[in-house]
Amino acid sequence: MTYLVKPKLRHPTLPANSLGYTRRDYEGKISTLCAGCGHDAISAAIVQACWELAIEPHRVAKLSGIGCSSKTPDYFLGASHGFNSVHGRMPSVLTGANLANRDLIYLGVSGDGDSASIGLGQFAHLIRRGVNMTYVVENNGVYGLTKGQFSATADRGSKAKRGAVNRDSPIDMVAIALQLGVTYVARSFSGDKDQLVPLIKGALSHRGSALIDVLSPCVAFNNHPGSTKSYDYVREHNDAVNRLDFMPFRKAIEADYEPGEVIEITQHDGSRLRLRKLTDGYDAGDRLAAISHIHVHQARGEIVTGLLYIDPAADDLHEHLATVSTPLNKLTEAELCPGAAALDIINAEMR
Amino acid sequence: MNARDSGSPVAQRTPRISAVNDFVVKFANVNGSGSASANELFARSILRMGVPVSPRNIFPSNIQGLPTWYEVRVTEHGHLGRRGGVDLMVAMNPQTWEKDIAEIEPGGYLMYDSTKPIAGGKLRADINLVGVPLTEIAASKYSDAKERQLLKNIMYVGVLTGLLGIEPEVIAQLLGEQYKGKDRLIKPNLDAFMTGLHHARERLEDAMELRVERRDAVGDRIFIEGNAAAALGCVYGGATVCAWYPITPSSSLAEAFQKYCSKYRVDKATGTNKFAIVQAEDELASIGIVIGAAWNGARAFTATSGPGISLMSEFIGLAYFAEIPAVIIDVQRGGPSTGMPTRTQQSDLIACAYASHGDTKHVLLFPEDPYECFEFAAAALDLAERLQTPIFLMTDLDIGMNHRLSAPLTWDESRRYDRGKVMSEADLESGRDFGRYLDGDGDGVPWRTLPGTHATRGAYFTRGTTKDAYARYSEAGPDYIYNMERLLKKFETASKLVPQPVLAAAAQKTSYGVIYFGSTAPSMNEALGRLQQQGVHLDRLRVRAFPFASSVKKFITDHEAVFVVEQNRDGQLRSMLINELGIDPARLVAVLHYDGTPITARFIVKAIGARAHGANVLPIKADKAA
Repeated sequence: MTYLVKPKLRHPTLPANSLGYTRRDYEGKISTLCAGCGHDAISAAIVQACWELAIEPHRVAKLSGIGCSSKTPDYFLGASHGFNSVHGRMPSVLTGANLANRDLIYLGVSGDGDSASIGLGQFAHLIRRGVNMTYVVENNGVYGLTKGQFSATADRGSKAKRGAVNRDSPIDMVAIALQLGVTYVARSFSGDKDQLVPLIKGALSHRGSALIDVLSPCVAFNNHPGSTKSYDYVREHNDAVNRLDFMPFRKAIEADYEPGEVIEITQHDGSRLRLRKLTDGYDAGDRLAAISHIHVHQARGEIVTGLLYIDPAADDLHEHLATVSTPLNKLTEAELCPGAAALDIINAEMR
Repeated sequence: MNARDSGSPVAQRTPRISAVNDFVVKFANVNGSGSASANELFARSILRMGVPVSPRNIFPSNIQGLPTWYEVRVTEHGHLGRRGGVDLMVAMNPQTWEKDIAEIEPGGYLMYDSTKPIAGGKLRADINLVGVPLTEIAASKYSDAKERQLLKNIMYVGVLTGLLGIEPEVIAQLLGEQYKGKDRLIKPNLDAFMTGLHHARERLEDAMELRVERRDAVGDRIFIEGNAAAALGCVYGGATVCAWYPITPSSSLAEAFQKYCSKYRVDKATGTNKFAIVQAEDELASIGIVIGAAWNGARAFTATSGPGISLMSEFIGLAYFAEIPAVIIDVQRGGPSTGMPTRTQQSDLIACAYASHGDTKHVLLFPEDPYECFEFAAAALDLAERLQTPIFLMTDLDIGMNHRLSAPLTWDESRRYDRGKVMSEADLESGRDFGRYLDGDGDGVPWRTLPGTHATRGAYFTRGTTKDAYARYSEAGPDYIYNMERLLKKFETASKLVPQPVLAAAAQKTSYGVIYFGSTAPSMNEALGRLQQQGVHLDRLRVRAFPFASSVKKFITDHEAVFVVEQNRDGQLRSMLINELGIDPARLVAVLHYDGTPITARFIVKAIGARAHGANVLPIKADKAA
């Protein structure tokens, strides 16, 4: 519960980063999500990434929409300002915040309902504009808070907990983003911290819009036979670009293996997971190849994870708008108001 | 009053309206035919002769082909409202011929293109015809079809100049200003103008008894559209972020903001912009961007109209409850739904005052003209930050999209932006108690912090859900009540900070009053003068903001009955007065005009005059001229 006070005990040997902060300095309130929820693992990965990058916590603004995923910004970076806005509209609020102060780091957290269903338009236009931000979609194909309805990323043919079968085509956030000109895009799995943390670090360091679509199975409503976002399904169909870890209910299982290697891991429940690292030949600099790669694997029922595309020379909305280097919210009255003399000239032109 | 006579009593002669500097000319054109600049040239030329004019665009939701009108009221006495009726119709659109002719006052004039003979039986006997073979003349002078069309427009301005006695030098000067830098366009325009002028002087002598004579009645006033003035108010008021979605009649406001920013907000050394304008994908994104920017400490606004307000409503509730500054300029048009997109109304009051679900109340400002559009836009940016809430600037198409003679805009150099209660890094460092939703000062307005201010203090989580005074999530009843009651207290604070109403007592003591607001003002000023001449005396109060100042309630309770004049069907302001001030509905008499045209003095005089007799407002006998 968020109103529970989180204990502030710190292990004296907790390592500090170059700013002297420990990981605890990047944590937030205690999560109110279900035990074993993939979203909590993503929050932990965000904490880890920010700590490793030695970002000053207060220089981050974290924004979200509405839903389980959108609650999570309260559970990390407690020293950052957060904004839990309205359903599907985080992108516009974040765009405005970014315009006001270009010097902060912007992290948007959203879900598949929030970004692919109600918020698809705002998602698309944020990517189009190249707002400098990290956009994490915690994707489980289901509405958790309203208890198990399909979202727009649910696969055709998947079955809801109450037995309804989805007949609509799914939206692939990554493929759409590539079409719209995203300059950093990755897909990952909530349980795969080793893959996810570097991807988040890369996204936070990227100038422009960086999207990470994180498959995050819902333990309450989408983890059952027939669901294509369930743990079981992902285990069977995950084709990892570089590495896949898996976060089961209670304890994470770690996988350590070399590029090109294929390993099989037995889960807590006895199920098996085949992990494959993408060949070294994958070129993350080729937008068209990335789109093709996703679709080829999708046709085989496989989920490609890893960094799919990056344009390291990308620019952002501030470049497009040619805004001053000083954040707009720091401009003074003297810099903004043309003054009485200019108004006299304007009046004269109107006569 | 109008100097009119009914013409000579000779039986054969059609009566002729005779007037100097006090008449209405209406141009009936085809949209997209290039008439707008010619018509504006006509209006400006009269202004340059020191005679006030009040022009209005009456246009369709269309780019090309549909009928459009431009109505110019020439008014030496400075009546800037729409008068109603037409003394001279310049009928250049065959599509609307019959309707246009029907609108002419008895004794008025019809100027038309006489190249082809007009069919008989379609004309009235009580109007005067002034035929000019414009198409024929244009065809003989110009071979290019586009040139013919455009210069035909200037040609009829030349004819009117001759007919009305406008000084040709003034037109020449205006053409020179208009085409400054494009000098090669001056000569053909001037030639066309002179062709029309000569035609009038040679063929149409004494065809008309409407005259423009030079006066000095304009003074230092400026001729400006409300949208441009509001945009300037945003520039002067320090707005740095503008997000908008195109919608008539507000689009020209955002475009004017762009224009003035390009001129006054570009850093000279680097060529970079001290502003950011985003044409958003819809109104939801527009208001989202505004809220995000304002949350992060930039002054931000959006401009929209009724349908945009409907779309923004969820976000408006968030800004109210999470207490984020936002300025929303609603240039109202005819509703509901798509309604009358190019017509004017004051019908978004309730939609804005109580926008969004749950218990909400918002601050509205009602400018009467471009001057107040400028003043109130700048004030709205202050109020939004002072009160940390959405502020609505309620203009309308009539103010926004028409050139209006207005007091020159002024800016007091000693004025300083009110950035409201924002804790600095030093405040936080000193250990000041920061409760984001804590009423520390007793005015209902809490303190806020901006992201990135302090390394360890002052961060909080903004949310649309309930919270306690320290911004911690809470569904506890007392926390919720504390917050909602504080928001009411804040609204009370707002009533003292917003522009106060303008009151004026009637010439004679009366127990009746009238309340009005916004674009009704010029017609009301004129109407009250005429009512007074009829012996109907009304104290007046112009509401300039919601929440209502305490003086509004006092004004109503001080009178037996108060007319509430507004441009909507349901008496929205009246409902708000009843609802918010606990007024007995019987005291408030609704006077409603909502056909999409601007309210006229004639309408007000007639409507109030009729009710005044019944209500015994009138101590002496009625004047039939009402």
